[in-house]
Amino acid sequence: MSRPEGMRGSRRSLQVKFVPDEDVLRHISDDAGTKVRKDKAQLSVNVKRFVKKLENISDNEAQEILEENYVAALGICAQDPVGNGSNISGGEVYSFQTPKRSNKMAELASQLAQTPEKNVSPDDSKCPEKMAKTPQSSSNFMWAEIVWKCNLKKKEFVSSTPYRLRKRLAAPDPYLESESEYSASCSEEEDEDEQKEVSTVLSDQKTPAKIKAASTPPPRNSLTKKNKEQKMGNLVEEYFEAHSSSKVLTSDRTLQKLRKRRLDQQTLHDLLKNAPLAYAAEIRDLNQQHESLFSKWMLQLHLGFNIVLYGLGSKRDLLEKFRTSLLQDSVHLVVNGYFPSITVRSILNSITEEVLDHIGTFRSPLDQLEFITKRFKEDSSLELYVLIHNLDSQMLRGERSQQILAQLSSLPSIYLIASIDHINAPLMWDQAKLSLYNWLWYETTTFNPYVEETSYENSLLVQQSGSLALSSLMHVLHSLTLNARGIFRLLAQHQLEKKDNPSYPGLSFQDFYQQCREAFLVNSDLTLRAQLTEFRDHKLIRTKRGADGVEYLLIPVDDSTLTDFLEKEDEDV
Amino acid sequence: MSTCSVSKGCFVFKPSTKKRRLSDKTAHDFRCTSNDSEDTELRFVTCQSLWNQIKSETEKIQENLNKQLLDNLVSFLSRSHSDFQEKTTEWTCRMKFREIPTAALVLGVNVTDHDLTFRGLSDVLQDNITPYVALLEAKDCPGIKNLMQKLMGQLMKCDIDVDSLEDEDCVQVSQNRIRCSMPSLISWYDSVTKKTDSETPSKKRNSSSRHWQSPPVVVIFRDMESFTTKVLQDFIVISSQHIHELPLVLIFGIATSPMIIHRLLPHSVSSLLCIELFQSLSCKEHLSTIIDKLLLTSRFPFKLGEKVLQVLINIFLYHDFSVQNFIKGFQLCIVEHFYSQPLSVLCCHLADIKKRVYSLSHNQCENIRRLPSFRRYVEKQESGKQIELLTNDSFLKEETEKLLEDLHVYHENYVRILRCLHVFTSSLPKYPLGKQIRELHCACLENRVWETEEYESSLQLARMLNKTDLVTILQQCVEILMSSSGKEFDRAVGKLKEFLTQFQNLEAEASQERDVSVSPQKELQKKTDLYHLQKTLLELKESRRSKKLTKFEMLRFEVVDYIDSLVRRYLVPADQRTLQEIVYFNGAAVLRGHLNAAPRTALHTALNNPHWYLKNQALRCDGGGISNKAPDICIVYKLHLECGRLINLVDWLEAFSTVVMAAEETNADAASSDQVDDVIHARFIRAVSELELLGFIKPSKQKTDHVARLTWGGC
Repeated sequence: MSRPEGMRGSRRSLQVKFVPDEDVLRHISDDAGTKVRKDKAQLSVNVKRFVKKLENISDNEAQEILEENYVAALGICAQDPVGNGSNISGGEVYSFQTPKRSNKMAELASQLAQTPEKNVSPDDSKCPEKMAKTPQSSSNFMWAEIVWKCNLKKKEFVSSTPYRLRKRLAAPDPYLESESEYSASCSEEEDEDEQKEVSTVLSDQKTPAKIKAASTPPPRNSLTKKNKEQKMGNLVEEYFEAHSSSKVLTSDRTLQKLRKRRLDQQTLHDLLKNAPLAYAAEIRDLNQQHESLFSKWMLQLHLGFNIVLYGLGSKRDLLEKFRTSLLQDSVHLVVNGYFPSITVRSILNSITEEVLDHIGTFRSPLDQLEFITKRFKEDSSLELYVLIHNLDSQMLRGERSQQILAQLSSLPSIYLIASIDHINAPLMWDQAKLSLYNWLWYETTTFNPYVEETSYENSLLVQQSGSLALSSLMHVLHSLTLNARGIFRLLAQHQLEKKDNPSYPGLSFQDFYQQCREAFLVNSDLTLRAQLTEFRDHKLIRTKRGADGVEYLLIPVDDSTLTDFLEKEDEDV
Repeated sequence: MSTCSVSKGCFVFKPSTKKRRLSDKTAHDFRCTSNDSEDTELRFVTCQSLWNQIKSETEKIQENLNKQLLDNLVSFLSRSHSDFQEKTTEWTCRMKFREIPTAALVLGVNVTDHDLTFRGLSDVLQDNITPYVALLEAKDCPGIKNLMQKLMGQLMKCDIDVDSLEDEDCVQVSQNRIRCSMPSLISWYDSVTKKTDSETPSKKRNSSSRHWQSPPVVVIFRDMESFTTKVLQDFIVISSQHIHELPLVLIFGIATSPMIIHRLLPHSVSSLLCIELFQSLSCKEHLSTIIDKLLLTSRFPFKLGEKVLQVLINIFLYHDFSVQNFIKGFQLCIVEHFYSQPLSVLCCHLADIKKRVYSLSHNQCENIRRLPSFRRYVEKQESGKQIELLTNDSFLKEETEKLLEDLHVYHENYVRILRCLHVFTSSLPKYPLGKQIRELHCACLENRVWETEEYESSLQLARMLNKTDLVTILQQCVEILMSSSGKEFDRAVGKLKEFLTQFQNLEAEASQERDVSVSPQKELQKKTDLYHLQKTLLELKESRRSKKLTKFEMLRFEVVDYIDSLVRRYLVPADQRTLQEIVYFNGAAVLRGHLNAAPRTALHTALNNPHWYLKNQALRCDGGGISNKAPDICIVYKLHLECGRLINLVDWLEAFSTVVMAAEETNADAASSDQVDDVIHARFIRAVSELELLGFIKPSKQKTDHVARLTWGGC
């Protein structure tokens, strides 16, 4: 398949030639199932974006200058010696959603992977640019490309479409020597599908050239204005591109297909404990910097400020160290905000009951707060340090909770030091609350892993161990009659049999009744219903009505727990 | 005791009582912290006393500013129910309308400052008008029931306060037992007022003589906008039914605009109110007064540097309009300065300087020698003096004292001349140097003001001022300069007065000259020929251009030049003065980090550029990319930026493991390359759940094994 025009066109603008073909390759290797049509669309998007990027550079610069002006107006011209990382313009941090291609992540990953020692990390948008500038001297880059392709080759053998790819991947070696051989290499005996693919690639190659040609002529004086207009148009286009398709294009792979058992909390914990923490020395240095501020915190707390810590990394250890080193001789309260069932009431309770030794209950948290306020105002010798890990946690971020905590912290003899992690945490506070809190902000980026903070979380990837569920299941069932246990067992067995069916709705009541009768477990509809009610009260089963009005019974426990349960039951019997 | 638990979230630690620290440990903190532990005790005491002075000063200012408003309010309140006192027939006819006297208090958006205003207001009311003042906040009153409860609680408590201890039974009547309703409130009011009536005028009289026999009940709605409309409406309707039995007055605290009353209340309800509007002083004026009284004065030895002042003013203007926050920032500056600068011990009043300078230790002397401004000073001296300054402590102390006194004098003069210059610039069109004195102050602190373009243009404009303006300005300047105690400006005052008399003389001369000057115009009137008219006009123009300056113009030039010379002499920027580090605080970056932090940006930097924090060569990276050796969370974050709304966890995991395995250079081509290593899997899980905690992603039910992205940007 020789197409001189296309080839010549592609030689003129190298970047066009390289990117699409890699894309095709990678695309095929990564998920062979995707349609060619989609690929084409993505390619054109990619090229368009690239061209846009080139044009936008000057405009971006202008915007940067504007932002700099604003930053200067706010008065942070002086660099912070401690290395405060907060002098970036806002445009980088907050921007619109931009359209994304589905395989971009894999691309970036391979890019990151291919730059092990050298510090060059060709950003996706930059590499074509570089090549366009210096087509002759890009041998270094091409070398990297080839290394990467060889990597790919290794992978392809285990991939699902080995034949075609092997054919294609045989090519890269000649491709090194001369560019013209490249398109020939993949044109020997392709099936029709492949043919079409290549032709789409070539047709795509033309479009960017055209776009480029169209975009070069504008005279110098009107360039900036046009750019601005274009940028505006691009922004709008991109915005709608990103928001238009309600369907999100992601691959359909699931974790189950990975033939990978889900890790439970315990094994996860063990694995991570054994894995060495990267950059331990640097992290230690960082933390020592923060620790040198402890006495300053103490001073500022006493002068009526409260302290809030922010920055990446768990601040738990830091606060613990602060507590153990400076607060040993004073009354203090530690609140684990990340604890899933923490409430403001429990915080207030521990103040009234344990700090103030008050016995008795309160009608509302507000009353309780009033009581605390009164006690602290009456007795000036009373002092309390409050440490809150994760003030922004799910349970404490509510408006009312924050209001109460803010009022608490505004008491002159209560010293609050808290940490926040969520990116939107400052949105919790309005001006009134901020003035009650009277914060001094401290950036304490620690890079420590959030071990405790995430240990409660029901992460997607972590398998629920079910040990708690299992023990409660056993406990409840042991208090039931033999027949009742039989009934439950029957249901469990049925559910396990159907475990491969993802749309299993549950066992219908009628079927279940039939089976129970056959097993001589019940003698009437009513007794079964009575039994089921008992199960339901103990949350052992769940019922739901199907579309046809039939009642379906389901045990809301995952399969492995159920299997464990049946095994245990077998042992008992 | 550990603070990790699966069953508990709060942990209280109580040390045994004997081990508890004494409460005067703040000074101790000050000491053990600073690495230069010089004179910490004294520094702390100085810092505290300075802060206390400033605090009381600000409170005084606040009081004075609110005085007008409070007086107006008090007179309104005393008027509102005068009819009720006299029980005239006029009252009965008004009663038909059932209008509740209401004061709408427009306070501005700086909600945080309202606290002080309201506290002052209720104090004044309790002193002058009525003991029955209730302050309601929206957050306490979600329903009408809570509102009544809160109201009666506050009113009856104050009743207890007023009454002497003999009414012990009154205390017993807790608010819970009384049914909270309007009739019970009225009966309470009746009983209270009757009691004061019937009481013999022994000791009670003098306390209640300030109030009338039946003082009005004042209910203040602190933040009217945040009240639920239903609660407000119900309360107003109910109380309007009882207005003839209970002299109620409402005060609405409004942060936005008076229109909000009509938006919150329908006509049927707002017609029950007789509203009078009160406007408080705007926060900008408040700030100007504060700056005027705290910064532009030589009363306080502590000064703010240009950047610091800019940061504080910008936080005020761009973020909250809160004077309280400005003062808080000022407090932080004081603390930081005294904490970090060991020589700040010398930042005291002129009277103490001598004693403190002579008690300086050798180390402190070394500290002085290390100050950049002092070094510059030494370099300018002749060599003999240089050696003395650098080796002889007692000579250094003498010199330091002299320099500090100079600095003090500089400040006094600076403020006077700054005010004079401000009088000039604030009357110019378009205000090239700023309308407010604080802008002028910042400009003068930043660099030599006379070298700036704005100064040039303002001088040019000043040269065009008319005589009356110029004379009033000069008079004001004379007043300002006269008010200084020192003799520094005697000559300047004399000169300015001379100018003034010259202007007066000019006037006299001008009246004589008038006849002469009329003549060309008369000629103009005579000739009506168009050609001649044009000719004369051209001639006139020509003559005006080439004409010698009038006496007035000459004088005007002289005045402006004189002011210019004063400015050049006295408004030298502070950072060029020797020993300025002792009294000026310049840590703008620290201040901004503490007051106006950007947590999201810090997070962004940590994730995108870990090298910023972890100084490891392996993390070094040019351009926008990151190294594949970066911490796990950075890699996971970087990968997720490439995704759209939904992220497939499997893809993510695979991408992650590709990167990590390449970074570790393990046998990537091993047979198990498609099976992800357990450890890497675990690391991925940790990184993903950390991202979830940080709020970048959340679990999604839209598709199996997908998470939803929550942020845009950073890419």
